[in-house]
Amino acid sequence: MLVLTRKTNEAIKIGDDIEIKVLSVDGDQVKIGISAPRHVDIHRKEVYLSIQEENNAAANNSSVDVLQQLIKKGKF
Amino acid sequence: MKIETKYSGETEINPSNIIHFEQGVPSFEEEKQFVLLPFSEEPSPFYILQSTITPGLAFMVMTPFQFFPKYEAKLADNVIEQLEIDNEEDVALFVILTLRDELVDSTANLRGPIVINSKKQKGKQIVLNESSYETKHPLATFAAAGQKER
Repeated sequence: MLVLTRKTNEAIKIGDDIEIKVLSVDGDQVKIGISAPRHVDIHRKEVYLSIQEENNAAANNSSVDVLQQLIKKGKF
Repeated sequence: MKIETKYSGETEINPSNIIHFEQGVPSFEEEKQFVLLPFSEEPSPFYILQSTITPGLAFMVMTPFQFFPKYEAKLADNVIEQLEIDNEEDVALFVILTLRDELVDSTANLRGPIVINSKKQKGKQIVLNESSYETKHPLATFAAAGQKER
């Protein structure tokens, strides 16, 4: 991993069209600004990982009986 | 055309109904083509998002509003652009269900809804970054809330 030291308001450029800027530092919290083209999705990593994990779980549904039960109960 | 499906064997689909997910979905990035099949003959909010490439890959999804009328997903500008959305009315929203043997253990992923532009047949699973919705929202509370609304 490339490691760079930056101060507040200093930035990093990745390729031609992505810029990451340190906006402020407060204790262990860093506020970061990101400029990127619209086709680039930006996520908080832990949220993205939780979506990946949930998709894996959802792809392995053990049974769809619960939906049949809901429909039978005439909820719709 | 005929495709093999996870839940209903060989099924006839219209190729024009194939929904294109340019980036796949998280964890299944290579899966770029899905089709939306109704779950049952009776009307219900449940659908199957079936891969047209991999028979064993299908997600149970549902339209969230019947269970959860206040559900909101804000579409970021880049999503609107990627899916070429011109008109809000062309947008269909689904949440993925993780089903277990019992309703109390089954959940809906409200944090990562599926957005489909039905006019362009383009889809994407978005991640709601600024939101308190969970990836494992109990379906049982949904069912109870749905009843209360009536």
